[in-house]
Amino acid sequence: MAELKLEDIIKEENKVFSKTPLFTDKPLSYCPGCGHGVAHRLVLEVIEEMNITDNVIGVAPVGCSVLSYEFMNIDMAEAAHGRATAMATGIKRVYPEKFVFTYQGDGDLAAIGTGETIHTCNRGENIVIIFINNGIYGMTGGQMAPTTIPAMKTSTSPYGRDTQMMGNPLKMTELVAQLDGTCFVARHAVHTPVLVRKTKKAIRKAFEYQKAKKGTAFVEIVSNCNSGWKLTPLQSIKWLEDNMLPYYNLGTLKEDPLD
Amino acid sequence: MGEIKLMKGNEAIAEAFIRAGVDGYFGYPITPQSEIIEYLMSEEPHKRTGMVVLQAESEVAAINMVYGAACTGKKTVTTSSSPGVSLMQEGLSYIAGSEVPCVVVNVVRGGPGLGTIQPSQADYFQSTKGGGHGDYHLIVLAPSSVQEMVDFVPWAFDLAYKYRNPVMIQSDGVIGQMMEKVELFEQMPRLTNQEIKDKYDDWALTGRTPGREHNVITSLDLVPERQEKFNHKLEAKYKIIEQTEVKYEKIMCDDADYIFVAYGSSSRICQKSIAIAREQGLKVGLFRPITLYPFPYKEIMEMVPQLKGVLTVEMSLGQMVEDVRLATEFKVPVEHYGRVGGMIPTPEEIVDALKTKIIGG
Amino acid sequence: MTEEIIIAGFGGQGVLSMGKILAYSGIMQDQEVSWMPSYGPEMRGGTANVTVIVSDQRISSPILTVFDTAIILNQQSMDKFEKAVKPGGLLLYDDNGIIRHPERKDINICMISAANVAAALGNTKIANMVVLGAFLKVKPIVKFENVIKGLKKSLPERHHHMIPINEEAISKGMEEVKYINQL
Repeated sequence: MAELKLEDIIKEENKVFSKTPLFTDKPLSYCPGCGHGVAHRLVLEVIEEMNITDNVIGVAPVGCSVLSYEFMNIDMAEAAHGRATAMATGIKRVYPEKFVFTYQGDGDLAAIGTGETIHTCNRGENIVIIFINNGIYGMTGGQMAPTTIPAMKTSTSPYGRDTQMMGNPLKMTELVAQLDGTCFVARHAVHTPVLVRKTKKAIRKAFEYQKAKKGTAFVEIVSNCNSGWKLTPLQSIKWLEDNMLPYYNLGTLKEDPLD
Repeated sequence: MGEIKLMKGNEAIAEAFIRAGVDGYFGYPITPQSEIIEYLMSEEPHKRTGMVVLQAESEVAAINMVYGAACTGKKTVTTSSSPGVSLMQEGLSYIAGSEVPCVVVNVVRGGPGLGTIQPSQADYFQSTKGGGHGDYHLIVLAPSSVQEMVDFVPWAFDLAYKYRNPVMIQSDGVIGQMMEKVELFEQMPRLTNQEIKDKYDDWALTGRTPGREHNVITSLDLVPERQEKFNHKLEAKYKIIEQTEVKYEKIMCDDADYIFVAYGSSSRICQKSIAIAREQGLKVGLFRPITLYPFPYKEIMEMVPQLKGVLTVEMSLGQMVEDVRLATEFKVPVEHYGRVGGMIPTPEEIVDALKTKIIGG
Repeated sequence: MTEEIIIAGFGGQGVLSMGKILAYSGIMQDQEVSWMPSYGPEMRGGTANVTVIVSDQRISSPILTVFDTAIILNQQSMDKFEKAVKPGGLLLYDDNGIIRHPERKDINICMISAANVAAALGNTKIANMVVLGAFLKVKPIVKFENVIKGLKKSLPERHHHMIPINEEAISKGMEEVKYINQL
């Protein structure tokens, strides 16, 4: 068998994947194995495919994805902790012709920003909310999140989340699905290729709902945090499947007609 | 000549928002300024100019809605009163820290805590010395009449956009609740999306225009060298503001041996005190800072040689008095007189205070 | 000319709206005006008062402790504001519900039985306009025609059919006002 040379491999016909054009050239700051990179890519691919790059404004949260505006080559604002949906409300209200989305983690959206999240969804602000739930505060070093599941260990629940003492995990997605303002509410994951494709479909759908002015579209992505969970990436995916998904069931919780 | 009306300060400023071509108002009701959002809702400005009005779920949400809307280059405003403005401090720090222009109105009431719904001026420190975290300043304008509640709105927006800095109009319950004759300026057009793009495309979030880099509004920089540089950039901006934007008014100061230094409603009361004092043969004038930040340090200092004493009059336990003492470099006696808790000083009390604290002191 | 007036009574007696009409009347003849109410819990059922200033000059303090005129519509306000009238000033009151009448000798004192006059006109809500008429008879600081213009400006259009009866009330107040003490 003839020896393979690099220049024979790098050919247009052999190409199976290329960098999503809407990524900047800045290396992602996420830990290897983390789901944030995939989630970013899916959002950017949907924006690219819908051809709305010049027409979209994103809002970044405080948390691991605080610097997402450095990776996403679109106009973006960086909100105060928990206030992304309020900011997005302001943007969308004065600029209804723009596509507006927030990208938030569980601490941002479901703890400090719970009020803003619920009221934004309840008003039916015509925006997309992307909610990354990994059950932990990644950026600040692995503290308990509102979505930390019972018995899960974090640096502020070192013996496991004791729900008697620390309260119960908050299922925001189920909660916002109850509100009249939401039109599309779904929970997905990005740790297998099949799930990545499903998530992308949901994100696309969420933006289509915004295009149709149907109200708030809310997509939760249950993700892993191998660093915060103190596991290898592969172990973290198994842990996610064994522990997170039974608690946070995947699927579409609400789907108004899209017309 | 514009339309003449009898209006409450709160209603007048709301009308001024509409006429100034504001794009968005986001607010949460709180006494003594709820008439502002009530007036806006009843006027239906979306029908008059396309202006958006939204009642937020909290002052925290309101200021962040302002932050978002203002990021797009659109004219945005919120209003509140002291406890609500405390809740907005986080947002104001972010807005200042990402150099976004907007206008915030504080119709001050008495504190601390829930305090009282009656008028006060005890938010001077909060407004002029930061309020939120980090090194920043709001530009602070202090109207003393219903007419100024109106006239300061376009001025505030001019300053906000000139410096890309939040501007606070610091009023109080007296001016908010009082009705006076007011002349309203003609309707100014709202900028179109294209005009906003033409003017502010170098920073505003208008959707990434083909050919330009993506715009980002953020107050975060994790690289200390860069953040320090940014802090110095803000410092340089504040220097220019301090050199060029000071505004004040002097009343009967030419021959004055004594002056009151007072702003807002206190300065109105002091005008009566001057009349009373002058009837008694005392040569008293009034120095009224119109911009509280930048503060007229130099202009007060220039008066020192002619003065025997200064009485600051504020509805607080003495906040602005510190700046007046800085301005006068302790070269002349400076004392404070104030009522608090929602009590309003009377013209006679102020004259008595001048006599006991300065002249007899 | 500067006229500094306090109008005080119970909430619901039309104290604030009377002040507003007076202020608007001043605007109609190109004068400076201010209208400063007490606000807050006091408004809800307790005493209500408003300081109205009408002047040819820029108005200084909207907050005052002594007044050229006190218009008093209940006993609490009489107790509070009788002493606040400047020597030589005017105290005008509605005797309805007054148990201790004013006693000062250094001021002009006038009385109008406004509640009774309004009742006779068939509308107790216009008692405040009867009082306004009484005041303008004693101190004609604004012209009658400007009061009517001020009324039109300050009343919402849906109440404009009430203007004739308000006009009548003002005229009646002018007729019925009596001097109790005249300097």
